Amino acid sequence: MSISPGDPGQFPGPGAPQVPHARLDRRQVVSGFLFGCGIAASVIDLFIFHLVLQWHHFYDRSTPEVALIADGFFHAFGWFITVAGLFLLADVRRRSGINWRRWAGATATGVGLFQLFDGVVNHKVLRIHQIRYDVDVLPYDVVWIGSALIILAVGSFVLWRTRPREARATTRGREGT
Amino acid sequence: MNRQGASAHGSHHGSEALTWVVFDSFIITVLVVMAVGYAVALRVSRGRGSWPVYRTTLWYLGVACLGVGLIGPIASAGHTSFTAHMFVHLLVGMVGPLLLVLAAPVTVALRALPLTSARWLSRTLRSLPVRIITHPLSAVLLNAGGLWLLYTTDLYHAMHSSVPVHALVHLHLFLAGYVLTASLVGVDPAPHRASMRMRSAALILFIAAHQILAKWLYAHPPDVVGRADGELGAQLMYYGGDVVDVSLIVLLFAGWYAATRPRVTRAARWPAEHPQDRFGSPRR
Repeated sequence: MSISPGDPGQFPGPGAPQVPHARLDRRQVVSGFLFGCGIAASVIDLFIFHLVLQWHHFYDRSTPEVALIADGFFHAFGWFITVAGLFLLADVRRRSGINWRRWAGATATGVGLFQLFDGVVNHKVLRIHQIRYDVDVLPYDVVWIGSALIILAVGSFVLWRTRPREARATTRGREGT
Repeated sequence: MNRQGASAHGSHHGSEALTWVVFDSFIITVLVVMAVGYAVALRVSRGRGSWPVYRTTLWYLGVACLGVGLIGPIASAGHTSFTAHMFVHLLVGMVGPLLLVLAAPVTVALRALPLTSARWLSRTLRSLPVRIITHPLSAVLLNAGGLWLLYTTDLYHAMHSSVPVHALVHLHLFLAGYVLTASLVGVDPAPHRASMRMRSAALILFIAAHQILAKWLYAHPPDVVGRADGELGAQLMYYGGDVVDVSLIVLLFAGWYAATRPRVTRAARWPAEHPQDRFGSPRR
């Protein structure tokens, strides 16, 4: 079951709130992307690295007040976009069905982009916190940023391969062209 | 109705023990009115169609939460233990209001009241002051602002030495929790419901403020609170708050999901008007 433009049978008519193909496809990609960022933020980063391993936290560079505020918003956003991504997924699914490969590609892109942002901007540029302390951090950085790049590349490639037909035909594809 | 705190103070201040009796009696009266009122309203409006059992269940669970939080052993422990106090805070300010909001009391009232009273109620709920207070942003300000005041000033100390202050703080805690929950995920009719975007922003703001305060309290509990007690209480606020907060996010989106449901009935009813609608049913 996938989004295939040109098949009117898959979409509700004007009696329903109109959601055009392009928007529905965008919603599907946004859903995967938000969910990817969400699990990267609240599951992978917050849960595994902050709470379970306790390798790092956000308390390093700035004042404790700034760290607390950043942490609070990070926490709130993490949960919010995880739930938002799942509900958008349910919405696209009931309207047209999901192209799961495309959704998985968007999710991987979200995970990769979040990890890359965290690894480069937070760890290296702003130096808010590091992955680990009291060890040579270089191998950890290489693994963190390297795996982020690989996940991001795989996700983007899948997104590009699964772009809707109309986008391919008119070369208006948002990603990959 | 023998409160540990009250009896401990009782030997020194007989009048304070008496005030606690007044407080407890007042709370019990309010809870009984809430419990009986809902049942009576349902009975009066039974001719108006069925009412889901789960809403009734949610109402009585909500009333029970308030009862556990405001009278009895946990409420008494809240006078001396910060952790118990935080448990009360969760019950009275977050879980209780959420359960009561989901029980749709305004809808029940509108079904049960005679026409003129129902009109008066709906006019009151539409009035400007109510509209301002029930806007998600003012509700966040009232709720989070109240909590910050409570824990960063002497108010926390004051509420444990004065019964009226104690009563006012809990009244505010409950009302602010109810108004915030209703403005975000309320199921009662809301003619001026804020947009999804506004409610999302307000909810993120509230979660952030609540969790920042919980972490801050971990490091800076109120003066009278011991270290271990303060840390446990702050963690209860953080993780307990998380459970309620994630429920609120899920309910917010569940509301959006139901509201944006593709409606195909019109297209199905008049296919001739829109010939292209013949395929108009969403496939799963």
